[in-house]
Amino acid sequence: MAKPLLEVRGLKTYFFTDEGVVKAVDGVDFDIQEGEIFGLVGESGCGKSVTVLSLLRVVPSPPGRIVGGKVMFEGRDLTKISEGEMRRIRGAKISMIFQDPHSSLNPVFRIGDQIAEAIQLHQRIDKKEVPSKAAEALDLVRIPDPEDRMYQYPHQFSGGMKQRAMMAMMLACNPALLIADEPTTAVDVTIQIQILELLKELRRKRGASIMIITHNLGVIAEICDRVAVMYAGNIVEQADVVSLFEKPKHPYTLALLGTFPGAEKKRGELTVIPGFVPSLVDPPSGCKFHPRCPHAKSICTKEMPPVVEVGEGHTVRCHLYEGGKR
Amino acid sequence: MMSKAVSKMVEVRGLKKYFIAERGLFFGGKKWILAVDGVDFHIEKGEIFGLVGESGCGKSTVGKLILGLLKPTAGRIYSDGQDIADMNGGEVRKLRRRMSIVYQHPYSSFNPRMLVRDIVGRPLETFGIAKGKEKDELVAKALKEVGLNPEHMFRYPHEFSGGQQQRIAVARVLALNPDFVVLDEPTSALDMSVQAHILNLLGHLQQKYNFSYLFISHDLNVIEHMSDRIGVMYVGKLLEVATREELYENPLHPYTRFLLDAVLVPNPKRRRKREILGGEVPSSINPPPGCRFHPRCPYAMDVCRREFPELVDVGRNHQVACHLVSRK
Repeated sequence: MAKPLLEVRGLKTYFFTDEGVVKAVDGVDFDIQEGEIFGLVGESGCGKSVTVLSLLRVVPSPPGRIVGGKVMFEGRDLTKISEGEMRRIRGAKISMIFQDPHSSLNPVFRIGDQIAEAIQLHQRIDKKEVPSKAAEALDLVRIPDPEDRMYQYPHQFSGGMKQRAMMAMMLACNPALLIADEPTTAVDVTIQIQILELLKELRRKRGASIMIITHNLGVIAEICDRVAVMYAGNIVEQADVVSLFEKPKHPYTLALLGTFPGAEKKRGELTVIPGFVPSLVDPPSGCKFHPRCPHAKSICTKEMPPVVEVGEGHTVRCHLYEGGKR
Repeated sequence: MMSKAVSKMVEVRGLKKYFIAERGLFFGGKKWILAVDGVDFHIEKGEIFGLVGESGCGKSTVGKLILGLLKPTAGRIYSDGQDIADMNGGEVRKLRRRMSIVYQHPYSSFNPRMLVRDIVGRPLETFGIAKGKEKDELVAKALKEVGLNPEHMFRYPHEFSGGQQQRIAVARVLALNPDFVVLDEPTSALDMSVQAHILNLLGHLQQKYNFSYLFISHDLNVIEHMSDRIGVMYVGKLLEVATREELYENPLHPYTRFLLDAVLVPNPKRRRKREILGGEVPSSINPPPGCRFHPRCPYAMDVCRREFPELVDVGRNHQVACHLVSRK
């Protein structure tokens, strides 16, 4: 396999709070290949958002700090380079769209001007060309009448259009990696499909890699090539999307898939996971899922399970699979 | 479900609710939001009626109108065959006790300075059902039934997680022993695993007490999982009503078809090329004339631009408001 675009190894991001050290990301490894759509799925508080904030080095600090690991991108470790160098990567090479486009757009500037600012900041281009570039970017995300729309303010855009305008801003800079944090959570179902189709098209046309952070398994199944499941600061399972949905291995993944209501269940009971998401200040010993796991053995309460390979590119962090069992 | 003779829990006829959007400074430049613009449906006893639609379609307003939390602009609401508008104060009070609501964000429906005991118990006092020790016993029973610990009654709502707060909201409804509950996006703010807990709980309680639910949601997976019958709303109008099986297997309205096509399933092998519905949901201020959906509808005809199609019965417990269907 070719060298991955992004290589994350042993990433640890802790928050030093009055209540204690919150181990939000506690040793995370994954790769994103060129042109791949990679999904990171998990429930609130599992550390998925902190993981991407760490990649971009925008973890609120204090109290947060990257305390270990490396993030290799284009041959450099993003955790080591200077802030100035990092600034040339953010937005230009790695861009991010957030869940709530409303709070990412400045309400007192016109949409076109905000896109233009992003273009001018990251690209050397003739000033006269900027407006046409901005209109082009809006057209790419299928905003109708981009030449007129670019002179409007964010409040004149609907939620779905704001999300697309944000995407236009990111794309104007042609990043190698686009990170989308819950890109469809705040929008309606029919708009959700529009946005997912747009992301697929961007990969097709531009060859960009996309990393999607979501709690929605439907979004993962629809668009991702590979998936990592996160629980309490660790990636518990990683696989290609078909293996993950057809042959889930980790008890947490299995349970999470069972909680999805709808067509395939026809009214039966939904699987429930007993107990609660653990506190990250004082997480359970050993495997952090053991208090809620139906298969927990005594070793699970004592030792953090190693990463076990159970299939090609399919890894799981669970004692049940050690020594190739099950 | 029981025999056909079961009476209707709730029935609405020609229900309308208009809000004033903005008022002109000097002249009558009033703009109206046509939040609910002529809706007819009924909910049978012991039935879960799902109301689905995108944001701003008026589904929550319908719930509030039925409970009398908003006054309708026009139309009639019947409970047990009796028009609510004809009832006297005492009868309405009695009705209120039998009809209740669970909101999307339970925390905003709690007084943060009240103990759970008072949050769940206050309605019991208000309706003169119980007080003192007897009230506490009922509160404890309700908390137990929703999977909380009776000792939790001495805590404040902020001490609970989102899922537990939703359980408290369900306990408050349960303590009153109602017949009819409006569930307004009860799990939309929750994580998947917590949502599963709450949906199972709501399902159990419905079976145990034979509640009627109006289940409002934008999530078609949740609606399919929970509902017996489903109504699809779009910009203040009901476009289609059918039993769950019928609606998901044989959707007739073009909007319903797009909506169902947009449902994401957790199965990567079922990826497919989807028909993308262009455009955006129109505003309920000055909605399009004729059929509300015609500007986005690929099958729109002249008549669709002029007249709103009536909701017509097509058999198999299925009604649809579309000129394409009524033509046939």
